[in-house]
Amino acid sequence: MSKQLFSGSIGRKFAMALSALFLIIFLLQHFTINFTSVFSEKTFNELSHFMGTNPLIQFVMQPILMFGVAFHFIMGFVLEIKNRNARAVKYAKNNGAANSSWMSRNMIWSGLFILFFLGFHFNDFWIPEMNYKYIEVKAEDPDRYYDEVVHMFENPVRVIIYCLSFVFLALHLLHGFQSAFQSMGARHDKYTPAIEKIGRAYAILIPVGFIFIAVFHYVNSL
Amino acid sequence: MSATEGLNLTLKVWRQKSDKEKGKMETYQVSGISPDSSFLEMMDILNEQLIAEDKEPVAFDHDCREGICGSCSMFINGEAHGPGEMITTCQLHMREFKDGETIYIEPWRAKAFPVIKDLVVDRSSFDRIMASGGFVSVNTSGNTQDANAIPIDKHDADKAFDAATCIGCGACVATCKNASAMLFVSAKVSQLALLPQGKVEAKERVQNMVKQMDEEGFGNCTNTGACEVECPKGISLENIARMNREYLKSSIS
Repeated sequence: MSKQLFSGSIGRKFAMALSALFLIIFLLQHFTINFTSVFSEKTFNELSHFMGTNPLIQFVMQPILMFGVAFHFIMGFVLEIKNRNARAVKYAKNNGAANSSWMSRNMIWSGLFILFFLGFHFNDFWIPEMNYKYIEVKAEDPDRYYDEVVHMFENPVRVIIYCLSFVFLALHLLHGFQSAFQSMGARHDKYTPAIEKIGRAYAILIPVGFIFIAVFHYVNSL
Repeated sequence: MSATEGLNLTLKVWRQKSDKEKGKMETYQVSGISPDSSFLEMMDILNEQLIAEDKEPVAFDHDCREGICGSCSMFINGEAHGPGEMITTCQLHMREFKDGETIYIEPWRAKAFPVIKDLVVDRSSFDRIMASGGFVSVNTSGNTQDANAIPIDKHDADKAFDAATCIGCGACVATCKNASAMLFVSAKVSQLALLPQGKVEAKERVQNMVKQMDEEGFGNCTNTGACEVECPKGISLENIARMNREYLKSSIS
């Protein structure tokens, strides 16, 4: 393998795309489990209990996920800085809208918003969860998960922040999904139109689904 | 405005004496510009006006004035080669502008394209990328094989030809928000990688050209697609995907 692979521009693009696809798959899994909370408290608790206690998930998949998330953000910042440096003097007038989408030009901003959301989200769920299991070492209650989620979405401010974050997630995915395939060289007249359609559908349906879950629990709490 | 009166325009032009000195936007007025004149002819009129006023004319690159040399490198009103699709600056006509309009005229902006003077930039980084691998090492000294002796799939031949229409103007770099040269490099990699004569050196070629591209200080492609839209020859993003494949394949084999 070439030493240049991950230090070169195309290697970095490839690494960025790989971590993006990994996060896209994770997001689908996260959404699927969350969505069960809309129609079955029992199923949601069972799935959450499994995810929260299975050693393979907790000690193998979770660290891989953490690495994937951190890598995607750090690499995103590194690339942004490098790309900004590639043009020392800016244009006095630049009409970006004439040739590219807003989403594609502002991945760093949608990404940053998602990062702030993740901090907020970790503070809501992940940190209390780690505290519950590994610091306070409380006895596992397999039925606690549904009530925890419902309680979180009683707060309208939190629901608004979550919904707004999912809009930015949609904007990020609208460019990111098909872009990941292009970066890996996966482009062909036969299947690229399908990838673009699936990408658009995914970028809209998954965030809308997350918004639905948050709003559903809020409305239920009224 | 009647046709005889012509266009009255305010021009904001980047002026920079040399690569050592700082530049700035200067404002000029031109009047009576025919809508049928090309943008470069309008620049000629501005320069004649400046010379008559005993001022330094604006330096800008131009050569063939028929859209094939790729010299005319102006960033006009926020777009490489100005408004309009698949054209160079010499193919841009003043009918695209309104009477009384303010037009911004800037050089290509990229660390790898330093300004030499006014609107003229140094694009020799492209030459160095080509020298690093954009060729086929065949002896052409009188005993060249007949091209038709090697059968080539029509689709591959068409794609190679499409890639070969790149004139190396640098509009892709100028328009890319990251000043990435990947459309240019991928066109050069593709036109050779698609043909049997070029396949022999395909591995080293893509590795060397990408390495040189990175060393020149171009940015990374983030797939905005702006380059494809602004390219005067319509070079497709498909070439970038092919270059990515070629590069990844050559890195692991």
